[in-house]
Order: sequence, then structure tokens, then C-alpha cells
Amino acid sequence: MLRIFFVTLAVLFIAAPALAHPHVWVTMRTELVYAPDGRITGIRHAWSFDDMFSTFAIQGLDSKEKGKFTREELAPLAKVNVESLKEFDYFTYATADGKKVALTDPTADYWLDYNDQVLTLNFTLPLKTPVKAKELKIDIYDPTIFVDFSFDKQNPARLVGAPNCKLDVQLPREMTFAEGKKLSEIPADEKNTTMAWGAQFANKLLVHCP
Amino acid sequence: MTQVPRLRLTQYVVLVACILLFVAAIDCALAQPFGMTRGGSPAEIGGFTGWILAKQAEFYRTLSGLIRAAKADGSAAYTLLGISFLYGIFHAAGPGHGKAVISSYLVANDETWRRGIVLSFASAILQAFTAVAVVGIAAALLGATAKAMGNTVRVIEIVSYALIMLIGLRLLWVKGRAFLRLLRGEQQAHHAHDHHHDHDHHHTHDHDHHHHHGHAHSHDHDHEDDASAWGHAHAPEPEELTGKHWLRRGLAAIIAVGLRPCSGAIIVLVFALAQGLFWIGVASTFVMGLGTAITVAAIATLAVGARGLADRFAKARPGAGMLLLRGLETAAALVIVFFGAALLTGYIVSERLMGV
Repeated sequence: MLRIFFVTLAVLFIAAPALAHPHVWVTMRTELVYAPDGRITGIRHAWSFDDMFSTFAIQGLDSKEKGKFTREELAPLAKVNVESLKEFDYFTYATADGKKVALTDPTADYWLDYNDQVLTLNFTLPLKTPVKAKELKIDIYDPTIFVDFSFDKQNPARLVGAPNCKLDVQLPREMTFAEGKKLSEIPADEKNTTMAWGAQFANKLLVHCP
Repeated sequence: MTQVPRLRLTQYVVLVACILLFVAAIDCALAQPFGMTRGGSPAEIGGFTGWILAKQAEFYRTLSGLIRAAKADGSAAYTLLGISFLYGIFHAAGPGHGKAVISSYLVANDETWRRGIVLSFASAILQAFTAVAVVGIAAALLGATAKAMGNTVRVIEIVSYALIMLIGLRLLWVKGRAFLRLLRGEQQAHHAHDHHHDHDHHHTHDHDHHHHHGHAHSHDHDHEDDASAWGHAHAPEPEELTGKHWLRRGLAAIIAVGLRPCSGAIIVLVFALAQGLFWIGVASTFVMGLGTAITVAAIATLAVGARGLADRFAKARPGAGMLLLRGLETAAALVIVFFGAALLTGYIVSERLMGV
């Protein structure tokens, strides 16, 4: 009896810390923009929010035509979105040949559009210094899983202006019970930082250039 | 006195550590990346976790479709309520919803599991009620924006977190002093006794029960007095539940935890409102609250059970046992203070409503 109790407690203790609950689902289309000299200059995101969050976000906003919003009408909301994303590094983490790549704040041409009750945020994250990399890796995830990211099924990502490079889209692994167990058996010191909880659900873009 | 299972001291320490870490970990661990080292590696991940996470996401994502379906077909509303209930159960396993605060409160105050269940349900229902009130007044009546609602929730949050901290501080004051007195020695505890009836409870000694009382301990009752924050009554007799005192003192905890509405409920309510089905959203929110209450109550019961084990151990070891028990209560009070302070300062973010 006592043992059962301890075991239950232990299970809950181990399980509980990592729980979060997404309230926002984002479907992404991402473009990696290259300069003619082969260096990557920026990451162009188009993030579509799920229907419930889209509805929530536009609640109370004024529009000329009911149920329709122009870019201008959504501009204040877009500003709030982009500004609050800064705190979370735009959920975008890049490395070039293993080295961390610094991204700057989005260019001013960001906007929101609202089609078929879906709100989409479009913005471009420039690289602080454009780099040429044999292997470029981009992770998009929320470490706390408040926001659940996934690539668009049809158009997940593409390269713009990098004819010789090869893009590989890695979808996040759906964690099964067995996988989760396996993961928990890896000693903590063997986990690198990108293996953090949220990273399990990362959407990775891998670009190999000659 | 009946023989109690003999727990070794190490087991006991492990147990205490477990209870505290457990309640502390539930609410904060995941939120940490915001306030602290974002992207740092949180604790071990169990497959069980992934499963709960997947389930609650799955339920949540079907809600919008069901709300839409309910518009055309009334019977979809029943499915919606069923899913809302399940969502509440799974969802409450995540951060927020005051599991840590309620559990710590029960441990520190030595409340019965029945009371734990009542507190859990009351706070969960209040939480649903706040969500309905916020959306009903702000969005439905005033046509407020999501941003304005977010700001409203922010204000409610501050009140709620401050209240949590106050509850913790008050408990810490009472329990901490009792603990220190016990550390200093029984003689002093006896002296101090007179000064500690400053709480407006009229509690009657229940001599029939003796949860903590070691047979070798002659000053038990004095200690008990010293240690009661708002008075106490151990015996889980059903009649006690009808007593108003514990509920009155528990009210602060209910409000502190239940005041802050759940982000998910707010989003669901706004969505239902946009579909012209606000009342469906309201029903869904309350059923969700019921599901949440079940999870919180289960965890609270577990915490009370752990406390009960500690009590049994204390009974077996009059000296050290009592000291550890008071130590546990003090630590539980500290946990509440920590949560209140951390939430208030934004060190922990339990949920985000706005931002994206």
C-alpha cells in the first residue's frame, strides 16, 4: 500500500514538470532568402493561427466590412504580435555550420491578413550578418509549448535564390509513450541544450550547400 | 496507541522532499524558460507526459469544430460537453490551476482530504465563473478587444498572486514560529502559548483524535495550539465539513486560486461568442471546470495522503517526528510564498494569454 503510494507520487513527480498546454496552434510556411553571393540573408515566415485563436485575436476589432479585415485594419494587431514575439526570439533558432546565428528584429514590412477566418502573420527576420554555410539548421519551436508550431503540409518551406542548395524539412516527432520513455533514459549530461523539452517538437529546416 | 509502520528517517526525508518538490514542480517547471534560462533543459520527460500533452491538445482542437457543429445540430452540443469535460481533466495536469498552491495549503494547514476536494472544486468552478464573467462583460457586452481582455486578466492575476502571497505569509508566520519554538525547546513553547490565540477561531480541542500526538509527549496540545494557523481539526468526521470555520479560512485560498481565469476557457468562450453560441461556450467552460476540479482534487488528495503518512511517522517518533512535521508545514507555507512572489514578479509565467 505504502509502496503503491510512493510509486504514484514518483510517477506524478516525474511527469508533472514537463506539462504545458498549447493554446495557440501555428501552421507555418517559411522561406529562406539568399543573396546572389550564396549567403543567407533572412528568414521569411508566414504563420497561420488556428481558428479559435484567430477568432480570439480579432475579437472587438473594427472593420468596414463585417467579418473582413484589411491589412491596414489589422496593422495595430500585427504590431502587438511582432513586438511581443521579440521576447521569445521569434521562436526561431538558427545555426550555421554548428555556430549560432544572430537574428535581428523583423523588417518593417510585416503584416497580418485574415482569410477564411484564419489570421496569418507575415514577417521577415534578417540575419545580423548574412552567412555562407555548408550546413544551415533552423529550428522553430516554443520551448514551453504554449504555441504549437507545425509546417504547412503542402508548402512547408522553400529556398529563395539558392539554386545549388538542398533543403530538407524535418517534421517534429510525435512523441509516443515508448519514445518518451527512451528519451527520459538518456542521462541529463548527454543532452545538449537544443534537446530541451520544447525542442522535441521542433520543426527543423536543414540546408546543405556545396 | 497502535503500532504504525516504521519508516526510516531517510524514507521520511525523501517523502517530505517528494511532497514539496512535487507541488513546487507542477506549476513552475515548465514556465521557467520564460523568466529564467529560456531553452534550458527542464526536468526529465516521461512518456506519460507526452501522452497527456497530446491528449489535451487533441481534445482542445476538436472543440472549435464541435462548437461550429452545435450551431447546425443541437446534439453536437452533448459531444462538445463530453470533450470539454475530458479536456478539463487532462488540461489541469499542466501548469496553472493552483494545484501547487492548494496542495501546499492543505499540507501546511493539515486539512482533511474532504476539505481538499471541496477547495479544489470551489476554486475550479470559480475559475470557470471568472472566465465567463470576463468574456461575458468585456467581449459580449462591451465589445472589448482581445488585448483589452488580456489587460483585464492581467489585473485579476495581480490580485490573485498577491492574495496567494498573503496566504503564504500568514501561514509562514504561524507555522514558522511554531517550528522555531519547537526547535528552541518545549519550555519556551509553553510560555509562548498564551500569546497565540490571536486568531478568531473558536476551535474546540478534539481529544478523540491524536494525529500527531506521541504517547511520550506530554505537551502535545500546547504544540497543536501553537501550530494552528486558523485553528485546526484533524478528525475527518463528516459533521466537521458542515462547520463554517474551515471553509471561511479556506475561502481566501479558493479566491486566490480561482480568481484567475484559464486562457483556454477565454479563447473557447470568445470563439463561441463569435459563432453566436455564447451559452454553449458557457456550458462548455463550466464542464471544463468540473474536469479540472477532478484533477486538482486528485492531486490535492495525494498531498493530503502524503501529509497523513508524515503524521503517522511523527506519531512513532515523538521528538524528531514533531519537529519534522512542523518543518514540513513551514516548508509548505514557504512554497506558497514562493509561488505568490514568483508569479507576482513575473519570474514564473503560468499561462500566457496574449503575446502572439
